[in-house]
Amino acid sequence: MKPRSIAVVGAAETTRLGRIPDMSVIGLHADAALNALADAGLTAKDIDGVATAGESPVAIAHYLGITPTWADGTAVGGCSFMLHVRHAAAAINEGLCKTVLITHGESGRSRVGSGGFGRAPSSLMGQFEMPFGVTSPPTMFTIPVMRYLKARGYTEEDLATVAVIQREWAALNPRASFKDPITVDDVLNSPMIAWPFRMLMCCLVTDGGGALILTSADRAKDFPQKPVYILGTGESVETPMVSQMEDFTSSRAFRVSGRKAFDEAGISPADVDHLMIYDAFAHLPLYGLEDLGFCKPGEAAGFIRDRNTAPGGVLPLNTNGGGLSYMHSGMYGMYALQESVRQMRGIAPAQAPGAKIAVSHGVGGMFAASGTVIFGNES
Amino acid sequence: MDRTLPQPTPETQHFWDGCKVGELRLQRCTACRESYFPPRPFCPACGSRAVEIYPASGKATLYSFVINHRPRPDMGAEPHSIAVVALAEGPRMMTNIVGCPQTPEALQLDMPLEVTFETFGAIALPFFKPAGA
Repeated sequence: MKPRSIAVVGAAETTRLGRIPDMSVIGLHADAALNALADAGLTAKDIDGVATAGESPVAIAHYLGITPTWADGTAVGGCSFMLHVRHAAAAINEGLCKTVLITHGESGRSRVGSGGFGRAPSSLMGQFEMPFGVTSPPTMFTIPVMRYLKARGYTEEDLATVAVIQREWAALNPRASFKDPITVDDVLNSPMIAWPFRMLMCCLVTDGGGALILTSADRAKDFPQKPVYILGTGESVETPMVSQMEDFTSSRAFRVSGRKAFDEAGISPADVDHLMIYDAFAHLPLYGLEDLGFCKPGEAAGFIRDRNTAPGGVLPLNTNGGGLSYMHSGMYGMYALQESVRQMRGIAPAQAPGAKIAVSHGVGGMFAASGTVIFGNES
Repeated sequence: MDRTLPQPTPETQHFWDGCKVGELRLQRCTACRESYFPPRPFCPACGSRAVEIYPASGKATLYSFVINHRPRPDMGAEPHSIAVVALAEGPRMMTNIVGCPQTPEALQLDMPLEVTFETFGAIALPFFKPAGA
């Protein structure tokens, strides 16, 4: 896509985050969608493109009363919304629709109107991973990490430090689930989930949602909010089985998606003012910093330990508190995008002063998929 | 609670039949000689359908692992390993390491392992144990 040809003109999360037992999955989608429409000064009748994951775009369009000329149900896990942004940009530029609504809602904690975790026993994951006791992300996403730590010379303390610094960001965010300071020892002494992962190295499980509205940049100035332009996007997928990822020390999907987005935007990591890396678990920011080119392999843990990504550091990272401390409904990518948009609008609770370029990098499944969106606030 | 078991498909039946008779069956391409896993009727490296099934050595090394402290109900009550091993023939596969304590001290990356099979009704699962144990 041509950089700055598409803009975000509406963005909002659900009215509440955290524990929302009185709302179902589709109700959370709708609450976020209505908030985003209000943010953009639109109604559902103004929307002609719908994208979502977790629910069908058919269900969302019907529920909200939208008659779309374009729909996208790409569902590759938590980064699906990054891919929706990319696909929507292409669709708008191609003239398939003018104004796209992307929605997310998930009753991750309360499980109201949502299905369970599981794979058909005849699927490849069902045959070659489930029989060995994997339960859910804490025993799957973590599988490559012992190899990664050994290859890079990183330690359990390095994983813990990621969680400690993200908690510092969360303390600055009134909507964060957990705001109390923690130490490396607190993380290492929290309950063991799946060695070497302690509870505080794993994301929260909460309820919530979010929605985005995109349109062409030439229309964007007519909306009430400051437009946030899309400079570049990337996506890729690798494998549905974490045990079969090509390289346990680096995600191919991260590298391909990131490279595509940076090339499209015509920028390098040195140009980035604000960064979101989907942190379902404490190792993901380390992989992300290396695979996106912010750090050389082996230098990411030191980069974080030296407070470069902490409040006051040169590269503010996961400034909402991340999946580790802000919220994580299951498909967190939408919240990373929301924080990038807030930063580009200049309204984030922990605002990076003067930030002009923001990168939102997502993961889907257990290193199965990836999506990257690069935002800018100058037309 | 009964162990969660795989449901073989036509493309994977040979693998599970092999486990029943104590053989770890891999596939390789007769064109480019690449060994691969999980099973499929074509070579993922070159796309050729000319592939053959052969018994692997059963030798492997410990590539990565976690020790699950919250076992699934069918996995018992004690912490247990969920591992990925690197087979001597090249491919990697998920398994459990058995025949040793389920601790970070006993489970060392790159330790030599060998396959062992355990039968659960109609299915035998391939596990790995420390070599020579």
